[in-house]
Amino acid sequence: MFAAVNAMQTYQDIISKLKSFWANKGCIIQEPLDVEVGAGTMCPETFLRVLGPDPYRVAYVQPSRRPADGRYGENPNRLYKHMQLQVILKPAPEDVIEQYLESLEAIGIDLHHHDLKLEEDNWESPTLGAWGIGWQVMLDGLEITQFTYFQQCGGIDLEVVPAELTYGLERLAAFLQNVESVYDIHWNDTWTYRDVRFLDEQQYSVYNFEKAGVPGVWKEFDLHEAEARRLLDEYAALEDPAQKARFPLLPTYDQVLKCSNLFNTLDARRAISVTERVAVIQRVRNLAVGLAQAWMNQREVVA
Amino acid sequence: MAEFVLEVGTEEVPDWMIANALGDLERRFLDALEKSVLHQGVTCTTGATPRRLVLAASGIPLRQADREETLSGPPRSVAFDAAGKPTKAAEGFARRAGVAVADLAVGEDEKLMVKRQVPGRATVDVLAEALPEVILGIYFPKTMYWAGKAGPRFIRPIRWLVALLDGQVVPFEIGGVRSSNRTQGHRRLGEPDISVTGEADLREKLRANFVLVSVADRRQKIEDGIRSLLPAGRQIRSNPSLLDTLVNITEYPTPVLGEFDPAYLKLPEEVLETVMRHHQKYFAVEDAQGRLQPGFVAVSNLDGDPDGIIRKGNERVLRARFNDAQFFWESDQKKKLADRVEDLKAVTFQAKLGSYLDKTRRNMALIDAIAPPDGSPQDLQHARRAAELAKCDLTTEMVGEFPELQGVVGGLYARYQGEPQEVADAIYDHYRPAGSDDSIPRSKTGQIVSLADKLTTLGGFFRLGMIPSGSKDPYALRRAAYGVIRILIEGGHRLSISEICEKADAGESAGALREFFADRLRYYLRDVRGHKYDEVNAVLAASADEPLDAAERAQAISLVRPTPDFEPLATSFKRIKNILKQAGVEEHPAAPAAQESLLEEGAEKELFAAFREVSPRVAKEKQEGNYTLALTAIASLRPTVDRFFDDVLVMAKDEKVRKNRLAFLAQLLGEFSTIADFAEIVSSE
Repeated sequence: MFAAVNAMQTYQDIISKLKSFWANKGCIIQEPLDVEVGAGTMCPETFLRVLGPDPYRVAYVQPSRRPADGRYGENPNRLYKHMQLQVILKPAPEDVIEQYLESLEAIGIDLHHHDLKLEEDNWESPTLGAWGIGWQVMLDGLEITQFTYFQQCGGIDLEVVPAELTYGLERLAAFLQNVESVYDIHWNDTWTYRDVRFLDEQQYSVYNFEKAGVPGVWKEFDLHEAEARRLLDEYAALEDPAQKARFPLLPTYDQVLKCSNLFNTLDARRAISVTERVAVIQRVRNLAVGLAQAWMNQREVVA
Repeated sequence: MAEFVLEVGTEEVPDWMIANALGDLERRFLDALEKSVLHQGVTCTTGATPRRLVLAASGIPLRQADREETLSGPPRSVAFDAAGKPTKAAEGFARRAGVAVADLAVGEDEKLMVKRQVPGRATVDVLAEALPEVILGIYFPKTMYWAGKAGPRFIRPIRWLVALLDGQVVPFEIGGVRSSNRTQGHRRLGEPDISVTGEADLREKLRANFVLVSVADRRQKIEDGIRSLLPAGRQIRSNPSLLDTLVNITEYPTPVLGEFDPAYLKLPEEVLETVMRHHQKYFAVEDAQGRLQPGFVAVSNLDGDPDGIIRKGNERVLRARFNDAQFFWESDQKKKLADRVEDLKAVTFQAKLGSYLDKTRRNMALIDAIAPPDGSPQDLQHARRAAELAKCDLTTEMVGEFPELQGVVGGLYARYQGEPQEVADAIYDHYRPAGSDDSIPRSKTGQIVSLADKLTTLGGFFRLGMIPSGSKDPYALRRAAYGVIRILIEGGHRLSISEICEKADAGESAGALREFFADRLRYYLRDVRGHKYDEVNAVLAASADEPLDAAERAQAISLVRPTPDFEPLATSFKRIKNILKQAGVEEHPAAPAAQESLLEEGAEKELFAAFREVSPRVAKEKQEGNYTLALTAIASLRPTVDRFFDDVLVMAKDEKVRKNRLAFLAQLLGEFSTIADFAEIVSSE
């Protein structure tokens, strides 16, 4: 029936084929960031590397946590934590779309027989002070990738425009394996996605929607914010280039990411009202923008 | 005469921007030709797909015409000395003009002049210079850069450029891309590098490479394809804007017919259609009676689907979407709308205005204040109940997933949960009108609920001083106020702006809110009803408080205006107004009445008699809302008024006579200016 699709590729086959495709295009294959993030974009490998003039090419799978999207493992298409394959090509090559199409063909999607469309979808992250122009890529009516030309990050206009490709791996796998539920995806020949991930989905949904201690989480948020703020202020006060060059901005960025994830947790607990929401997003954004500026400054000092 | 073709090859341009971009491209191209005097007799055609904007022109001269240029130099008195010899000024002028001093002449203006021939430039050079600016100047709502911060900005990256004048490349460059004679076919079905010689060749070769450049051709292909796919007795539910979208997101559109499990038809049509249209860009399928069928039409960007791969893929996606919707529907029914009212406490409307529960209470209170006094108690009860439940769908999963269905979902759930039809319909409609194309709520009950909702919103934000300014209107207050005006007028509600502003409780901003409504009313009368601006000014100057009344008066003015007496009378009324103003007399319907004894025989007494006769008729017609008849009666005064101005000197020497005359005119003007202030009418002569 699915003549155009390889017999059976497991979830991990698909991931390793895509990684190997992008490795052959000159990308560094990174491993996931070990701090909770809501999207692959938030990893320093994207957020910080897109800043400044230096070329960079990287691909990595990033487990992305969205507390409000959890459904206790009961919804066949919705997940608290999904996997993104994030690819950054900086600068964006002229044939970037062609390369992307080839990557789909590398996992057995014959585009002579599958309908692919690029539909306008501009991406924006208020918490990161970042936005870009791009598309959602639709394959036979299913959104499989977000494609973005970054224009601004951390409130800074980018000198060199990178292309960001974000593949939704569960969707791609369910599509390729022709299963109706992400939980039925064959992770490998022996285990399914359910075997590997169900408990995650169930327990984190319970935690995020029911158990997360709101006052405690707020306190954590405040602590991480204060830590990030303290470090950013300290950096701003530095004058000695040698001191600046070795200043721990990467750990500072971890603090910003912590705030972002805690904000998402509070949001899932409905502990943030609509107007508060704007103000809290602004607080995280201030940190992200401050960090991006400090980072640019540090790169100049080092250069 | 030469033929020209331009193709701007891009990455996928958003579908909704393409039509405007093509119009802009053509305009800018013709402007550029005109600037270089190459435009005479040129005709243009355009075409586009998401990946290319194409412009073809024929009848372009290959060169600009040679022309004679006259340069003007210093005056004769400066150019020649007393002896008649050329000065340094004359020599300098000759040098700049590139001629010998002997060739200089003196023009009629007594200044040096020289004529010289300027050869026309080759069109290819003119175009090469102009085209980058023509292309990059096309207006797009949002642009990007791709070749570094200093690079060009466009809607999406430009990847190739074809520019041929009679087969010869017009050389230019944008962001590192050089123009050439090479284009690209469909991303997968076509060749990536195709050489072309001109417009016809471009279109033909692209067609062979699965790209239909003509927007009309693609539309036709979709329509024909759908017809051949659907069995007899089935049709797609017409949706022109969806068709436009599909035409503009494909290069080679081919419709694909899919099916879904009829069991999903138990879900409301609104939900099914929203999923199909807005989320999946599918046409819904219906039978000849318009009943929704378990099928859909997707439009692919390929040449066919022989193995049903695309169909199955789309069916699978739709099934997942419908499953979600069904899951939401079922899970939402576990708690009735009526049991969700208290939950609204947790949904913030606006920080300072509290929760949606607070808002619901305000809406209910306002219903009591604005409900028509002649309405039945049952209507009032229905309106109250609808207002109580109207916001409850905000707590449902269905609205969480499909926010564009808020209100609609509430209405559907209300009906399902056994609320009276009137209540369900009122909830369903209460956000209407959603835009200028949308109609107002169907029932009076729905209109009252919608008014209450919009008024408490407006009152609340204005009370906080959060008044829209410039382009900033994050809470869509303009749309809300405009909706209020439309409901009052189109729903036939006799409520005045001052009344609703008072009830909307805008606090210190009540005046600003009245102004805000007045602006919307003015806009509505002018741009939606199409009344002339001076008619609208006249109507609103007389009274702007009751929108429905103002709309009726404007209608009457528009009807009476073309009659021969109207404009001349308006001119006379303007004259009266000026006279009174200069004399410092205020027009007023209740001005001290003129004494008949002090009136002059002839034209003045005649006018007075006519006024006495017409006045009660006008009052009666006006009272009964027959504004057209009232205005016609006023217009009948025209000959008498004309005679008055011909025969009578208003500013009589005798103070008593003068004051009396002014009082009479003030009374006349005042009494007849309550439908419209005629002085605002600008004569079309």
